[in-house]
Amino acid sequence: MADTSVVARDMANLGIAPAKTHVADPTKRDFLKLIQLAGAAIGVGAIAWPFINSMNPSKDVLAVSSLEVDLTPIVVGQGITVLWRGKPIFVRHRTPKEIEEATSVTMAQLSDPATDASRTQPGEAQWIVLVGICTHLGCIPVGNKPTDARGEWGGWFCPCHGSQYDTSGRVRHGPAPANLAVPPYAFESPTKIKIG
Amino acid sequence: MAGLHKSEFANPVVNWVDTRLPIFTFMQKEYGTFPTPKNFNYLWNFGALLMVNLMIMIVTGIFLAMNYQPNVATAFDSVQHIMRDVNYGWLLRYVHQNGASMFFIVVFIHIFRGMYYGSYKAPRELLWMFGVTLLLLMMATAFMGYVLPWGQMSYWGATVITNLFSAFPIVGGPIVTWLWGGFSVDNPTLNRFFSLHYLLPFVITGVSFLHVAALHITGSNNPLGIDVKSPQDTLPFHPYYTAKDSVGLCVYLLVFALIVFFAPGMLGDPLNSVPANPLQTPAEIVPEWYFLPFYAILRSVPSKLGGVLMMFGSIAVLFVLPWLDTSKIRSARFRPVYRQLIWVWVLSVIVLGMVGGHRPEGIWVVLGRVATAYYFLHFLVILPVLGKLERPLPLPESISRPVLSLGGGPLPGGATAKPMEKV
Repeated sequence: MADTSVVARDMANLGIAPAKTHVADPTKRDFLKLIQLAGAAIGVGAIAWPFINSMNPSKDVLAVSSLEVDLTPIVVGQGITVLWRGKPIFVRHRTPKEIEEATSVTMAQLSDPATDASRTQPGEAQWIVLVGICTHLGCIPVGNKPTDARGEWGGWFCPCHGSQYDTSGRVRHGPAPANLAVPPYAFESPTKIKIG
Repeated sequence: MAGLHKSEFANPVVNWVDTRLPIFTFMQKEYGTFPTPKNFNYLWNFGALLMVNLMIMIVTGIFLAMNYQPNVATAFDSVQHIMRDVNYGWLLRYVHQNGASMFFIVVFIHIFRGMYYGSYKAPRELLWMFGVTLLLLMMATAFMGYVLPWGQMSYWGATVITNLFSAFPIVGGPIVTWLWGGFSVDNPTLNRFFSLHYLLPFVITGVSFLHVAALHITGSNNPLGIDVKSPQDTLPFHPYYTAKDSVGLCVYLLVFALIVFFAPGMLGDPLNSVPANPLQTPAEIVPEWYFLPFYAILRSVPSKLGGVLMMFGSIAVLFVLPWLDTSKIRSARFRPVYRQLIWVWVLSVIVLGMVGGHRPEGIWVVLGRVATAYYFLHFLVILPVLGKLERPLPLPESISRPVLSLGGGPLPGGATAKPMEKV
């Protein structure tokens, strides 16, 4: 390896005058190293990002991520299940009695407190829309059909570990830690909703 | 002999690992202080570029495989899906697709370097043979990769290349059926090509390690083709050649980026954007550019079996090149006749490439036959005879000598007389 004395001798041979004040300045070296390191980190990041991002949902997956549901065929007391983003979505047309049960609960009775109004759209209390995945370990609760076992609270019953949900999809019993999630949705007309 | 390695690294963590598995000592020895001839020119960049290219191909390939579907019903559409829907899918595919072309550009220059400077001669014959094996593996991988998009060129390329084996008498037919897994190129063929296309790059990686391991036993050749005689003839690999390789790498990446971002379709065939149709062969069917010379040899021989044998022979002859070239002088710099004739051989390969890209009509048939004949004449007649007849130029006594006398700057007279004292 070339040490400084060899460099100095080579410079002398080539007729290059050495700089007058040649003092080693370690802060300059540190600065160069930091610049180099930062440049390399930016470069690696810029190269890595397309690879990482290619694993995110592609455009065609995002394009089918919203779903319109026609509510007219769903009679009072009946629920249907639709597939949205690969997940089951419960859309249930609640009876007045079920709405009454859902709204009359006090927050103290709930393990995951939430009012029924916060889980339905204003003026559309007869419609409850839920992600049909038990918050315990991901099974699909039963209870959409009036003939299904709906549990003691008349909502949904998870066959896997016995979690029970009320008519607002709130957990009332069992190992499930949280209420059934409400997906983002909006009424496009009184008889049609758009999920997602 | 079992026992802990005595590590000389100061960092306690590095030292702890190195004592148990001396990878740091190994890296330091093989890529740090590794003594390398000090007179490399930029043609010695291309081995490192090939390693980088291989890694680019493997990484982009792994991510493409996450979205590709090896099924005749969905393969073509899944590639379009990658191009249009997958985030940066276009980039992954264009890098992978043009990366294959870059790979062959770089490997052809690397092989030419070896031929020009006699890198295949003793004691580097095995190193060279590993290299030819790598070329064959690359060709197989590139061919099978080209089939995966399942366009017209994919399908008919696969049909033609697999049918090469039908030229062999008796066993040919059963071999082709076995390769296809059916009675034509179809879903089983596509599935196995995908499987092998994913496998072979890792085989290439393994053989590359053997190639490099053999290189580190014999040491590198150099533009003078003479052996390293003393430590004055060498430089430590790092920082001298890591720096020089980095310069070459920047130029290589610049060219690669220009193709990927400004002319990604330049080296591909637009016909492969038409989905595979087993009922119609395209009017103009040509392989990718890097196969054109071999394709031209195949077409130039007016016999089915003969053409196939000559085509395979054009690669096979490279395996025995170290024994066909009877000259003991490695570098073409000191072989005045070989230095001219190697370019005639290069010309024959370029002509074959052009012939491969044209319909075999008129002058192209003649050119193809002449160039094919010269290709083999070079290896089988010229090289064995030339080594006996040619009068080589005097070789320099060491690598250091011409470096100091040709370009070392204005040295005092006394210094050139005793170059050993200089460094």
